[in-house]
Amino acid sequence: MEGLKVADTDLVVYVHPSKAKRIKDAILRELGSMLFKFNETFDGVVLAYEPREPSNLAKILPGIHPYLGVKLKAKLLLFHPKPNMLIEGEVVKLSQQSIHVVVLGFSSAVITEEDIREEFKYKIKHGKEVFVSSFHKRHRIEVGTIVRFLVKSFDEEILHISGTLVPAHTGCVRWLERNSEERSNFDSGVKKRMATEETRDIPYDENVMVDESVPLYAANNRTKKSKRRKNGDE
Amino acid sequence: MGVQLAADSNLAELGNVNLSDSELVYHVRSALKAALEGDTDGYHQLVGVMHHNERLLPEEVALLVTCLKSLSGAVSCINAIHHGSLLAAIFGMSLWNYSSDVMDALVELLTSLAGSNGQFVDLCLDMLVSNFTPPFTFMEALKKPFGLRRKDQVLDHVHSTLKNIADLVPLSPLRLEKIIKDRMPNIYTKEPLIVMYVENMLRLESSAIGELVGSTMLVAIIDRLIDLDVEIHWDDILRDDFGKGIFEMELEDLEGPAGDPLQDVDERQIWLEQLFGENLVAPKLDSLMVLTFEHLKSSHESGRLHQAFETLLQSFQKTVLTAYKSKFAQFVIFYACSLDPDYCGTRFADTLINIFENSNYPEWRMSAVAYLASYLSRAKFVSASLVADMLERLVNWCYTYSKNLNEDLNPKAHKVYYAGCQAVMYVLCFRMRAIVAVPRLRSKLFLMQIADILRHKLNPLKVCLPSIVEEFLRLARSARLFSLPDNLAANGMLESDFSVAFGGPERLDMFFPFDPCLLKKSDRFIRPNFVYWSMVRSTYENDDDDEDEGSSDEDVAEFSGRVNRMEIYDDDTYGGIDDEASDHDLDKFDYSLDKMSITPKNLSTRLYGSDLRGAYLQMPSRIRPSTSPESL
Repeated sequence: MEGLKVADTDLVVYVHPSKAKRIKDAILRELGSMLFKFNETFDGVVLAYEPREPSNLAKILPGIHPYLGVKLKAKLLLFHPKPNMLIEGEVVKLSQQSIHVVVLGFSSAVITEEDIREEFKYKIKHGKEVFVSSFHKRHRIEVGTIVRFLVKSFDEEILHISGTLVPAHTGCVRWLERNSEERSNFDSGVKKRMATEETRDIPYDENVMVDESVPLYAANNRTKKSKRRKNGDE
Repeated sequence: MGVQLAADSNLAELGNVNLSDSELVYHVRSALKAALEGDTDGYHQLVGVMHHNERLLPEEVALLVTCLKSLSGAVSCINAIHHGSLLAAIFGMSLWNYSSDVMDALVELLTSLAGSNGQFVDLCLDMLVSNFTPPFTFMEALKKPFGLRRKDQVLDHVHSTLKNIADLVPLSPLRLEKIIKDRMPNIYTKEPLIVMYVENMLRLESSAIGELVGSTMLVAIIDRLIDLDVEIHWDDILRDDFGKGIFEMELEDLEGPAGDPLQDVDERQIWLEQLFGENLVAPKLDSLMVLTFEHLKSSHESGRLHQAFETLLQSFQKTVLTAYKSKFAQFVIFYACSLDPDYCGTRFADTLINIFENSNYPEWRMSAVAYLASYLSRAKFVSASLVADMLERLVNWCYTYSKNLNEDLNPKAHKVYYAGCQAVMYVLCFRMRAIVAVPRLRSKLFLMQIADILRHKLNPLKVCLPSIVEEFLRLARSARLFSLPDNLAANGMLESDFSVAFGGPERLDMFFPFDPCLLKKSDRFIRPNFVYWSMVRSTYENDDDDEDEGSSDEDVAEFSGRVNRMEIYDDDTYGGIDDEASDHDLDKFDYSLDKMSITPKNLSTRLYGSDLRGAYLQMPSRIRPSTSPESL
């Protein structure tokens, strides 16, 4: 899954003088207030933070309330979906006109009828609404399925994603992965390519670091990405 | 009429053509898309149908349902800017005006709208919240069974939709919180509306979304209670002069255990009317308090009280404690404590004493200790051992404070100290007997340095409220617990100017937050857990009489016997007259006569049928062999 990054940031947190006794708590509170909101400076939604040792010196702002400007370094896990990124999420509601998905448990996404590729046919099986691929009977999307889709747009206000299932490498994640494994058995060149992909996946952006301490998404990110690209290549 | 025609033509069209559901959706979609390109006929037809809401014929209902359903299939084509009039029509619909199948279709459309586009989430939530209360025209119907049925239907739909939207848009509860707080009716709103709104908030708190928004709901409700509370002025309640004794003005006596029940009810009514007759705020506050109590009770039954209590405690510290002499809102936390004395009751007392010991603001500390004293005294469910523990902490604090001070009496400089001392005395007035009854606690009480504090040069006995000091000295004398200077007690009335000085212009020296609750409906929740002064005083009033004969050990035994009796007596509060009870009443009456105080209570007793009552009460007092000083 794309759209996640870890950023090392230099921050200045302004602490009210009444909290001068408990600077650490005040900093955590301030960082906590940034959670699950889109932040233009970071260009993403803060999902987690890890403050490093704040500096011992604080700048005092002149004024009626002499706020303390405490400098600190913090690691932030950011979610920043951009158009054409591949995102994964769980289907929570499905109807002929739309598929509703929740990404990472907090961001809602919708895929409308126009954005579901022709291959998927809407059916009602055993009283359940499903989209089944007409090429691969086992490729189906129903409530509870984890789907991989392409981002069309992102509403920063309410963190709402509009997505599409038109590209061929989108759909049910389980099916896509199993299918790619089957194919990889026949393809001898894949392993080599995978190895090169792995090295290429290591972030190149100076500001962005993938750290071992945040392995959950970063690790997933690497393996999934390579598989997906392999699919795309084929 | 244009709307009418448009609807009719649409109807005719639908009647002639047999369309399947999905074809209908495409039809609506194309109408929406055509509107973007300038061809607005179909679009206007749609808007017309939405505006049609009065006295619908069955086929019109069917048309509306069909349109709503097909719109929910076409939400992806709705554009916030170009389809403004359609959206305005949808969000302007009130669930209260429609039958249940239209409601179903409408809430389905709202869910789809909220799920399809981030821009619509707030609008959908806002519309749902506006349906918490009925439109003005529906208010009368609410008194009829039909209206109540409709109310249930609407609210069920609203709450299930809020949950469905939260499932699709996980961050929607965050928005909802803000919307509910913003739309909350102000204190001038009519009672049924504000009550219904709060009902909905509480329902939300106990629902699945409650975990996310529940605390905000509770805090908002408590804030509103405080808003209402401060609207009722102290002057409305008691036009008292400061010389009056605290212990004499308990209005519970108006509904005392004995006497002619009718007359008692009358007196209480007169009082309440006097207090709240012109005041529209009091009944509102009363109803909201009852709702909150009932909610807390159900939370307790479903095991969610602790979570709610934490929220209540936080909001108490932020708003109730800091509000100027809150009168009623504090009973919410009192009731919560009564539901789970072991956890909530103890935690509340702990919090209060921590604020008293550690806070930075003297006024808050004085408020906190006033709350603590009143709570420990009045809450029947608080165990004697907790009272003793808290007393010990209070006394220790006061002792440490005064130990190194070698100053003379100075009410202004040491107001927190005097507030602490007054709290100790107040609690002892109510609870000393209960503590003494347990040997372990009795020895603990003996070890406390109460006498040292009271005899300190700062002289709290002279500064604290005279009525409390007098009562305390009476009690201390009879129990022979402390060696106190006699001359003070003999002086009779103590000076009250000092207490004014330490209480400041806010009169925090006169603040007893948990004095009997004067709200009519809330009273039944509080009463069973409440210690009235009459219940306490009756237990030692007679002790005074026995003083000369009894040794202190006997005193204790006697007292414990009386404690038991007090409990039974309490249970019989609403029962008939028995000898025991009338005896208590007699004492009360004699006592108040003895004090010669002019209190509103006595005034009302005298005014309203007191002759009969007085005669009835005085008679046996003369016949009864008594050893009390006044009868001699």
